[in-house]
Amino acid sequence: MSDATPAQTASSSAAEARIADAAHTGPMLAADGTPLKKSLNRALRLQKMRALALIAPLLIFVLVTFIAPIADMLFRSVENEIVSETLPSTTQILVEWDAEGTEIPGEPVFEALYDDMFFAKEAKLHTRLGSRLNYELTGVSSLFRKSGRKVEDMGEVYQDQFEDLDAFWKTNENWASFMASDGWVAAMADWKKADGAQPAFELREGVAEMLPATSVSYLRFADFVQNVDEDNLYKEDPWAIVYSSLHKDLTGENGVSSYTGPAAVELKAAATAASTFETVNFSEAFQKIDKDWHDLEVWQTLKVYTPKYTSGYFLNAVDRQKSVEGVEKRPENQRIYGILFFRTMVMSVAITLSCILLGYPVAWILANLPARQANLLLILVLLPFWTSLLVRTSAWKVMLQQQGVINDTLVWLGIVATDDRLALINNQTGTIIAMTHILLPFMILPLYSVMQTIQPTYLRAAKSLGATNWTAFWRVYFPQSIPGIGAGSILVFILSIGYYITPEIVGGTSGTFISNRIAYHISSSLNWGLGAALGAILLAAVLLLYYAYDKIVGIDNVKLG
Amino acid sequence: MVALTPISRTETSFYVPVVAAFGAFFGIFIGTGQGSLIAGVLGGAILMAVIAFVLTKVVTNEKAGRWGLTLFGALGGFALAGLPGLFIGTFFGWFFGFLIFWLYEGRYRAKVAPYLTPGQVLWHFAFRTICGSIFVFLITPILVVMPLSFNAQDFFTFTPEMLRFDPEGYSLKHYRDFFTNDAWQDAMKNSLRIAPMATILSVTFGTLAAIGLSQPHVPFRRAIMAILISPMIVPLIISAAGMYFFYSRIGLQGTYIGVVLAHAALGIPFVIITVTATLVGFDNSLTRAAANMGANPVTTFFRVQMPLILPGVISGGLFAFITSFDEVVVVLFVGSAGQKTLPWQMFIGLREQISPTILAVATILVGISICLLTVVEMLRRRSERMRGMSPT
Repeated sequence: MSDATPAQTASSSAAEARIADAAHTGPMLAADGTPLKKSLNRALRLQKMRALALIAPLLIFVLVTFIAPIADMLFRSVENEIVSETLPSTTQILVEWDAEGTEIPGEPVFEALYDDMFFAKEAKLHTRLGSRLNYELTGVSSLFRKSGRKVEDMGEVYQDQFEDLDAFWKTNENWASFMASDGWVAAMADWKKADGAQPAFELREGVAEMLPATSVSYLRFADFVQNVDEDNLYKEDPWAIVYSSLHKDLTGENGVSSYTGPAAVELKAAATAASTFETVNFSEAFQKIDKDWHDLEVWQTLKVYTPKYTSGYFLNAVDRQKSVEGVEKRPENQRIYGILFFRTMVMSVAITLSCILLGYPVAWILANLPARQANLLLILVLLPFWTSLLVRTSAWKVMLQQQGVINDTLVWLGIVATDDRLALINNQTGTIIAMTHILLPFMILPLYSVMQTIQPTYLRAAKSLGATNWTAFWRVYFPQSIPGIGAGSILVFILSIGYYITPEIVGGTSGTFISNRIAYHISSSLNWGLGAALGAILLAAVLLLYYAYDKIVGIDNVKLG
Repeated sequence: MVALTPISRTETSFYVPVVAAFGAFFGIFIGTGQGSLIAGVLGGAILMAVIAFVLTKVVTNEKAGRWGLTLFGALGGFALAGLPGLFIGTFFGWFFGFLIFWLYEGRYRAKVAPYLTPGQVLWHFAFRTICGSIFVFLITPILVVMPLSFNAQDFFTFTPEMLRFDPEGYSLKHYRDFFTNDAWQDAMKNSLRIAPMATILSVTFGTLAAIGLSQPHVPFRRAIMAILISPMIVPLIISAAGMYFFYSRIGLQGTYIGVVLAHAALGIPFVIITVTATLVGFDNSLTRAAANMGANPVTTFFRVQMPLILPGVISGGLFAFITSFDEVVVVLFVGSAGQKTLPWQMFIGLREQISPTILAVATILVGISICLLTVVEMLRRRSERMRGMSPT
């Protein structure tokens, strides 16, 4: 044994030296020779990637099905493209108009309005814009509808004069002969309905320079006939607006004197005659349709809502409105949202308070009874929690009605006379009673889980130190139960300010919440922007509370059942 | 905490006035019912005081006294108000019999701590009475719906026939209407087509994500959690409005898929919460042990991890199912007539043409929720038991 010792000692000391050496000079190595730090980092990164890969499908799912819709709603609350899309030329010219002056816009604006209205009418978009602007100024909707009907007559003055001058102007085939490219005319001649889609209209070379306004009008006309109505473009007579544009072009500076293409004779004849045509004053013509077109307020509203994005919906949601001078309060009789938000808050507070009042004793007794009895009683709390919301709401409707169970019982007991039964439904009382019942489990469950952790010995200790029952409860027990009250209250409050179904059914008109108004704007009045703005404000309030809840309780600690 | 307080019979001057006070209290209702409040109060008080005295001092045998009073109440009630009177009378007879001897023998003190003052004892029972009435408030609406659903009339209240327990007053016609009416049957079918699909989607995605979230190192854990929980927090009307706008943009509004996707999104937070809660108690050395013995990750998941977290997954699935099955706001906006679900049909019924078939449906739904509650409760206990077995 002793002769082997030197060798062993030598080798072991060499190994020790190597390890010590490595520790001092090089990095520590993992089994496969890579530095340990690097290897650990790689393992950690791998773990992170694996976790993210597991979460990713759901995260994408929620982002697409839930977060994107919310973002879309927020976008709609400021989006206002309808005005500039429906009246493109008018809004462009209107920018230069001084809205704060006392003059209504001049002739060019009305001419542009005629153009825009004409096409909007053909596409049936003018009524949509009318109802959009009606939210801001009452009466605009009917103004637009009326003008849409009559705007066609304005251009007919020119159409009649062109057609009287030469029957050539009557049919579209003649128009197409100089407006369209030869290729298109040839293709169109071969085309039959059975072939399917029409060959798309192409403008003849040079026409756009010679007759700029006419080309624009004609292109829009052709596009509409071919793609919206899907009629044969050859057989459709051009709209009145094409004639008024032609008149504008022929009396303009370009002229057709040097033109030699098809229909040059007719065009030149028309150009000579055009200067003698009876002209239309669009400003006056619009005034004839409705005198409101010369109303300063209409134009101011139009100008205020020209931009593509507007804060108008949000201002509306807080009972303000935009005007040329800036933001102002709405007239007294139109201020409803302030009251509604206030009512939603007050009623939610009332519901939260009554939930605390009813939930606290129940949670206390659940936490202080022996486990067996507590579990039995807990079922009485969980059963309403699991029962369909609609079932509970219908139960309350049945109970609270004038001829309902509660009133019948009270009448039977003689507490209430049969001809003055209590009005318990379709008012705030109904909403508060029904929602307190529906949200009570959300108060009891968090309170119960907090109270379970409070040691009963503290109370006994307080009492043995001479505290009365009340002092012991108020100074010792209650402060420890506050986290439960906080958690339950925020939960109940969040749920109640966004409630829709129950107030809708038992709330009548005075017991409804802001959410009922949102639903009304989305499904009945179709003022989506305002609905979205109200929703955005409600969402902000809820998220604020959610943040508070996360700070106080922590989202991870939400427990169910 | 069961305190063994020695009990003794109480003084006549204590229990007779207390029973009289109860008598006076119930006398109020009978008195107002008959038109005279004072007569009711005095009559109730005197009658009960006399009965209390007679039972304890003259009859003395508790059993005979209580049975006699119950019988007396039953007969009295029947004579006054027929069959419903019989039930109410029997109840009151039994209750007062119990009350008299409970007070007389001093049993009321048996379970409260011996050192309590009489005021504290009174508060103890008053508090329990308050809690009892809150439980009544919680459960009454659900209980009232059930008998009303058997109403033979199209009324939403108890008819005189029903109160007389006349068989004529009851019928199954609202149930028959539910099972034969096309509108209700279509709604039922739609609900059964939508809810399971939505549940499968949210459980599959939700379980995977919950497993991912409970790994020790997850970047942005809080932010991800907040996003995944948000469908539960955002008010339904806002989710509904947003989905209505967005789904009509991408052509899903009014389609089956649209409703399923929307409902799956709403159910996800419940799956995440229940499954992560189950995973908190999951012992990760089990998966390492499985890997050590040569199981690949998929086998480990299905053979080791899944069976252990299954209770949480199932109860999360049940939550998701009930969320979809019970949901009305979102389907109202995202769905069209072809996706009319049961809650939607009920909502219309409540708002417009109110029909008692709703109550029959409500009773069936209460039955379903009792079943679901039982299952969830059993799963919770099982999961607690299993967690007790594995070392943590």
